[in-house]
Amino acid sequence: MHEDGNAMAGPLGEIFTMDVTSAVERCAGCGAANPVAQLRVYRHAPGWVARCPACEQVVLRLVRGPDAAWLDLTGALSLRIPMPTR
Amino acid sequence: MARAAVPGRLTGRLAWRVATLAGYRDETPTARTLVLEVPGWPGHLAGQHVDVRLTAEDGYRAQRSYSLAGPADGDRIELTVQRLPDGEVSPYLTEVYSVGDPVEVRGPVGGWFIWRPTATEPVLLVAGGSGLVPLMAMLRARRAAGSRVPFRLIYSVRSPADVLYADELRRPQPGVDVSYVYTRQVPEGWRTPPRRISVADVNSGGWPPDFEPTCFVCGPTGFVEAVADMLVALGHDPSRVKTERFGPTGG
Amino acid sequence: MGIVSPGFRGRPRASDPQLPPGQYLTPDFPVLSAGPTPRVPLDGWEFTITTESGQAHRWSWDELMELPSDTPTVDIHCVTKWSKLGTTWQGVPLDLLMADVDTAADFALVQSYGGYSTNLPLADLLDGQAWIAYRYDGEDLAPEHGGPARLLVPHLYFWKSAKWVSGIQLTLQDEPGFWETAGYHNYGDPWREQRYQGD
Repeated sequence: MHEDGNAMAGPLGEIFTMDVTSAVERCAGCGAANPVAQLRVYRHAPGWVARCPACEQVVLRLVRGPDAAWLDLTGALSLRIPMPTR
Repeated sequence: MARAAVPGRLTGRLAWRVATLAGYRDETPTARTLVLEVPGWPGHLAGQHVDVRLTAEDGYRAQRSYSLAGPADGDRIELTVQRLPDGEVSPYLTEVYSVGDPVEVRGPVGGWFIWRPTATEPVLLVAGGSGLVPLMAMLRARRAAGSRVPFRLIYSVRSPADVLYADELRRPQPGVDVSYVYTRQVPEGWRTPPRRISVADVNSGGWPPDFEPTCFVCGPTGFVEAVADMLVALGHDPSRVKTERFGPTGG
Repeated sequence: MGIVSPGFRGRPRASDPQLPPGQYLTPDFPVLSAGPTPRVPLDGWEFTITTESGQAHRWSWDELMELPSDTPTVDIHCVTKWSKLGTTWQGVPLDLLMADVDTAADFALVQSYGGYSTNLPLADLLDGQAWIAYRYDGEDLAPEHGGPARLLVPHLYFWKSAKWVSGIQLTLQDEPGFWETAGYHNYGDPWREQRYQGD
């Protein structure tokens, strides 16, 4: 069973200064656009896998080690991250 | 769609902070609200959560996520923890964790499943069990802000004894309608037998799609997916349905 | 170490001299996954070993069931720190499946239904170290634990024991798999605590 990208807010929050769960990703597999919060998240500690809700392809992977985090975003064509208006 | 970033953390990365138990309230025989003192708490929005980390004497660690149950009160935040029978963390937090003792907290996190009192659309909240917690934070934020946005809550719960915040939900609040779906045991005099939430419940307890409400659904994965499908089937725009699934690692 | 929460014990666990460093014993069998559980009907199931030159050796489910099998009892160690001692399985040894495979390859890329993959030296699949396992603890291997069949290679961290195994590609160069490309250690020896790249 999966969770959703809301569960990754903490782990991603260690890396990004802006909230990424509200970022909209475009799946490199099928092109579907979804907020990261709606990705289907599978936990395989210490690894996380976030998959496209439309096609199940891997959009994002995160592994958190003791002194490094590995982040793979090759499954996302892009991320649109909401920023404060300047 | 461009909005201001969530408050409290505009720069710098998120780190673990020490939180101390300042007090607690038992909501039901199996659920406890913890009042945590977190020095320097930056504030948060309704719907956000924190990650809580516990370390045992031998260095063993466990971590879980809990939704903030209401607005911050200075450096004090509240989490409502449901005790799961085979849980690893929830039995500790609801039965052993004592006033003055520390846990580590990381947050607030989550910028998508949030409600801001500046939003004007009607709101539908659909809660499955302890999925009520972040939705209660939204109801409480609404009250704290003096908002008159119309809210409807549909709360799916096992039995009357499991209802969280029962007294508060029973108290009438202008602009807030609450309906219940009991899945295992109904109150005395209830018209229907226990059953799972259905399209009819979502239809009668919710807003018509042409009101263009924002819908927040929170609970176990199966519940959330079923309800989200019902909302879309009833005609709600999927982009206005926000969901938060609790995982199998709860407890 | 972090702030200790007095009275917090966590899951029943034992550290045991038989365990690799950093591991705890668990009575459960936690289910970890990188994706949805694939459903693979037996009549379509195949296991294929493909050499570096593209030669394929294929077994259907019925053919696999006809092969002699072992019932190994092994200790398994997950990178999440949980170990189980004395787990019982039934499966076909890789030595048997590789017996007629002509190869000069040193490496293997193990592939699964659903897209998961993991890599290891071919030598680690031989000499009684690995099986294609289809029964666990006296019963058919459940889908959430990798059924109908998974690779079982217990001397490495359990992410190498690919669930829902569909084949092995023999390669001249080492090709990192799903987790190995994302930060997990390329080899994964629990006795040297090789969890992450760089360990």
